[in-house]
Amino acid sequence: MNDLTRPELVCPAGTPASLRAAVDAGADAVYCGFQNATNARNFAGLNFTPDELAEGAEYAGQKGAKLLLAINSFPPAGKFDLWRQAVDTGVQTGVDAIIVADMGVADYVRTRWPEQRLHLSVQAGASSAEAIRFYCQEFDIKRVVLPRILTVAEIKAIHDEIPCEIEAFVFGNIGMMAEGRCSLTNYVTGVSTNMDGVCSPAGRVEYKEDTQKNLTTRLGDFTVDCFACGENAGYPTICKGRYLTEDRREPYYAFEEPVSLNLTSLLPDLMKAGVTALKIEGRQRSRAYVKSVVGAFRKAVDDLMAGRPPELTELLNLTEGNKQTEGAFGGKRWR
Amino acid sequence: MSTELNLGPLLFHWPVEQKRDFYFRIADEAEVDTVYLGEVVCGKRAPFFEDQYAEVTKRLTDGGKKVVLSTLSEVMIDKDRQLVSRMVETKGALIEANDASALWHLEGRAHRIGPYVNVYNEKSMAWLAGKGAEHFCLNPELPKSAVLELAQQAQTLGVGVEVQVFGRISLALSARCYHARAHDRVKDNCQFVCEESPDGMELDTVDGDAFLAVNGIQTLSHPYVNLMQEMPEMAQAGVSAFRLSPHDCDMVKVCRLFGGVSSGRLSPDEGIHGLQEAGIAASFCNGFSHGVDGYRWVANS
Repeated sequence: MNDLTRPELVCPAGTPASLRAAVDAGADAVYCGFQNATNARNFAGLNFTPDELAEGAEYAGQKGAKLLLAINSFPPAGKFDLWRQAVDTGVQTGVDAIIVADMGVADYVRTRWPEQRLHLSVQAGASSAEAIRFYCQEFDIKRVVLPRILTVAEIKAIHDEIPCEIEAFVFGNIGMMAEGRCSLTNYVTGVSTNMDGVCSPAGRVEYKEDTQKNLTTRLGDFTVDCFACGENAGYPTICKGRYLTEDRREPYYAFEEPVSLNLTSLLPDLMKAGVTALKIEGRQRSRAYVKSVVGAFRKAVDDLMAGRPPELTELLNLTEGNKQTEGAFGGKRWR
Repeated sequence: MSTELNLGPLLFHWPVEQKRDFYFRIADEAEVDTVYLGEVVCGKRAPFFEDQYAEVTKRLTDGGKKVVLSTLSEVMIDKDRQLVSRMVETKGALIEANDASALWHLEGRAHRIGPYVNVYNEKSMAWLAGKGAEHFCLNPELPKSAVLELAQQAQTLGVGVEVQVFGRISLALSARCYHARAHDRVKDNCQFVCEESPDGMELDTVDGDAFLAVNGIQTLSHPYVNLMQEMPEMAQAGVSAFRLSPHDCDMVKVCRLFGGVSSGRLSPDEGIHGLQEAGIAASFCNGFSHGVDGYRWVANS
């Protein structure tokens, strides 16, 4: 045994089947959203109807897992009712917490459902102690999901200055832009990440192969990347594409390479830094993926708590193109 | 009441002398109502200009302009946090908040909300107005339909609404500096290479299409937003101010052209024609306003 506090493992549930898989694999909490623009993973074939949410809540409850509901996009003027309905349905379903980003939505929950536990979504982009204290003071936020831009040392410093719990991403896709502050998808597709909950919509993605078997990936009207024969082509996301500048006439990853976040080797540091909950990204991933990743993290956290060195090699096989990064968490050289 | 014409904060890292001369010329020659000062993009750049604010503010005020200080948009490390608290403490200053940490410091004080704080709907606007916000510059990705609703709400609340009508649009912020990265450096060791790009570093796609512009940690549109066509309708609906984002072109002329369109002295077509002669090195866009791909230009039918 050791002096670490057992962290909560927060796992993605894009579908009812993934929810059950995550719970069965040892998730302490699962997070999900409704089938509309009220959450930041608004993809076709994903998410929950109100009935499915109720069934999910019951399933999770029976197995001792919490259910967190993401209502973390930003309602544009004139469309607030959809977000209001999502909140009401979530509260009436008895979800353990609602994850919010918009101040209007947070204010609505606080006013209409004063007892409802609130978490601050990563989409709110609260990256300093003052910003987090602001949300805690105004909306009684109980937990903040930190942006993926801070080092472990900075997380520790924030922990000592805020009155709420910290949830940090440990595994999965890593967008390069500050969450809740990116309109790149809207810029090329007319669909907004903040307002519609969509990043790089599949309907506007195109793969084109030329006679030499070079593959071009496009989003909307723009080429995001070009892969030589045999290269592993990634899904076109603007912040992971290759571009040219005046000084760099060979295509280069101007923002970031197609890599996944994997903080498994930093888990003990994160736990010591005061992180209450470890979050796995991936509501858009398959049930099998969720099962493997959650299972591996369950074992890793249990190993650490028992003072055993965790085995994590299998997680590497699940990262994007087998390339992984510790992102900002590992140190300032990443920036 | 006529719509105000305002100059947003300079987003780029210009040499101190160039920046000071720019503001002096604006003070003396530009027909604008409010000038926003402050380093919004990168805390590392801020110290270069900090000792100039007093003089620049005086010159602008003497020129009949109102001055507002605009806070850093992404606040993360201790230096960023100190920068925001120092700016907020500036004696007698009116502050435009660009993140929630500024809002924390502004508790109980009248202030403005900048475009980097997400205010997309009536509820957020009303809540912030209740906390002392009296003027909102909206996120540029909002479609005109939402802008018009918010303008109406703002009139009910008695607050101002501002919309960016000129300049490259901020599309994203990051913790990483992409200017430094393009030169195989990191943010801590950037050597202020962003100074080489007075309007941003242009990014093209691999097939040579103009796409984006990098400004340190910020990613901007390649085309400049130009909402001359949309201004009359917005003004009619209660948008109380238009924002011009400064670029390395003849900004006094840009101010005059937008002022002309705003007052009805120039038609939008005449204004657009005039802009094409002001030395702007990119095309125009207005897609966000029309609810389509932001990079697009939608001609008035």
